[in-house]
Amino acid sequence: MKKNNLNIHNLITYGIVVAAFLFVSILVWTGNASRHLQAMLVPIGLNIILAVSLNLIVGFLGELTLGHAGFMSVGAYAGCLFAIKYAEILPTAVRFPLAMIIGGLVACVFGIIIGVPVLRLKGDYLAIVTLAFGEIIRSIIINLEFTGGASGLKGTPQNSNFYIVFVVIMITLVVITNLVNSRAGRAICSIRDNRIAAESLGINITYYKLLAFVIAAFFAGVAGVIYGHNLSILQASVFDYNRSIEILVIVVLGGMGSIRGSVIAAVIITALPEMLRSLADYRMLIYAVVLIAMMLLNGSQKFDKYKGRMNIGGLFTLLKNKKSAKEAG
Amino acid sequence: MSFISNLINGLSLGSMYALIALGYTMVYGIAKMLNFAHGDVIMVGAFTMFTAAATLKFSPAISIIAGIIVCTLLGVIIEKIAYKPLRKASPLTVLITAIGVSYFLQSLALLIFGSNQKSFPMLFNFEPIRVNEDLILKSDSLMTMGVTILIMVALTLFINKTKTGRAMLAVSEDKGAAELMGVNVNKTISITFAIGSSLAAVAGLFFGLTYGFIGPYTGAMPGIKAFVAAVLGGIGNIPGAMLGGILLGVIENLSKAYISTELSDAIVFAVLIIVLLVKPTGLMGKKINEKV
Repeated sequence: MKKNNLNIHNLITYGIVVAAFLFVSILVWTGNASRHLQAMLVPIGLNIILAVSLNLIVGFLGELTLGHAGFMSVGAYAGCLFAIKYAEILPTAVRFPLAMIIGGLVACVFGIIIGVPVLRLKGDYLAIVTLAFGEIIRSIIINLEFTGGASGLKGTPQNSNFYIVFVVIMITLVVITNLVNSRAGRAICSIRDNRIAAESLGINITYYKLLAFVIAAFFAGVAGVIYGHNLSILQASVFDYNRSIEILVIVVLGGMGSIRGSVIAAVIITALPEMLRSLADYRMLIYAVVLIAMMLLNGSQKFDKYKGRMNIGGLFTLLKNKKSAKEAG
Repeated sequence: MSFISNLINGLSLGSMYALIALGYTMVYGIAKMLNFAHGDVIMVGAFTMFTAAATLKFSPAISIIAGIIVCTLLGVIIEKIAYKPLRKASPLTVLITAIGVSYFLQSLALLIFGSNQKSFPMLFNFEPIRVNEDLILKSDSLMTMGVTILIMVALTLFINKTKTGRAMLAVSEDKGAAELMGVNVNKTISITFAIGSSLAAVAGLFFGLTYGFIGPYTGAMPGIKAFVAAVLGGIGNIPGAMLGGILLGVIENLSKAYISTELSDAIVFAVLIIVLLVKPTGLMGKKINEKV
């Protein structure tokens, strides 16, 4: 019964994404989508992939990392360098998926290299060390010759489009939701809820922490490859800690441990600055105020009655509770 | 440049980091939160002094005092509005709020002063001291170090000898127990934010004097570095922040001089990672045993 519920929950999430995709596709086909909207679709999709994968670490494993953009940059450079090298030899249909897999795997390797020493640390110490790793990766990429240095990597074929991003989003969602509902996912959640209890039940803490870390790194790497294929120049300066923080904001806003929340929050947070474009210079100020207000409403005791409802995941629970209350009454 | 002058420049940079790191560490010790907006308080301090001295033509002393007062008030106001309602919320919520405050201060400065870098007024005009051909001591470096040492001594005395200082120690040890002993927790937290932010204003002054330019994003990188310094020394530990800050400044300056300018940031962060892998709670942090 419980398992069935979870599956329905996941299917609703997939359904929302598919419906949104179809809606936007119809807009594009009928020529009703503005250039602005079309340009925003790939960044929104990327943020969905990044947020869902980061949610695995922050929401389900319960560890704070500020280095997600670092994995993204490693994946982006690995995938794009591959794509540039084989641009003439392989057809796009083979090359692009291969580039994504290579980018993801390289990010995985970095996930292991970074994760093994770093995951011994906890809380804020882990946060600052992952931030430090992200910054180190960025500095090194800027100083290397074959990555194009500070001026950026040029010549990646621009193969990214909205449809490919949609396919990758669906794969990400299926993999992560199934992982979370599996034995491994329950082990990961148990580490978050009580590490010592989990350890005494015989759960291998290091293994599961690393597993979550590496899977999240893989998807961040894939997102990086798509990002690289979306722009004519790939610059390392984009992947600074502010990018990691942006993804973290999406995860926290969407509700930690809520995949559907991450998806919706990714759309809102990516689109919000664009929607505020008419306010020109004031848009970042308003964005900041909105962010603070949402966090205050969410966390303050004064609003405790509504606690957990102001984030999007919570809103769904609220609606569901109301519905079931109606049905019962 | 000789080794000694590199070292002295490093010590001066390190003193600046130490001043900022003190703010991070004191706030962390007492409120158990990472105040990501702390770096931007430096920027606000620097811009206040810039406005007072360059636009309103006040004397240097008045400009500096104005900067310190504005930052102190700003620190207290930020705490009251943004952090106080979240005292019982999850650390991540507070972290994101702090990031929101940081964005807010940056975009406000961007609106008021524009994105161009402003040249910081030379509030003091001291001649550099020539010891010999190779060794020229910049007087603002010496002043930065001197003032930082004075502040550190005063702060250590304040925390260990006065009633308010001991209240701060008590609150950072155990908030509930301190409250039962009659310590006014809210007031103590406000004072901590006030002290931390006024130190950030002083750091903003030295930043302006050392680099000569300020912009809306000036505070971000020194803020992150000082945060690294605080963690390096053991976050929550006041002598640790001083040590961490000075070490970080020296390492950064020496690696800039002898290894690579571009990689100096990477080296600084690598040192942090190595230290934390050997001592997971920082150089001077205490090991906390977990109770089951």
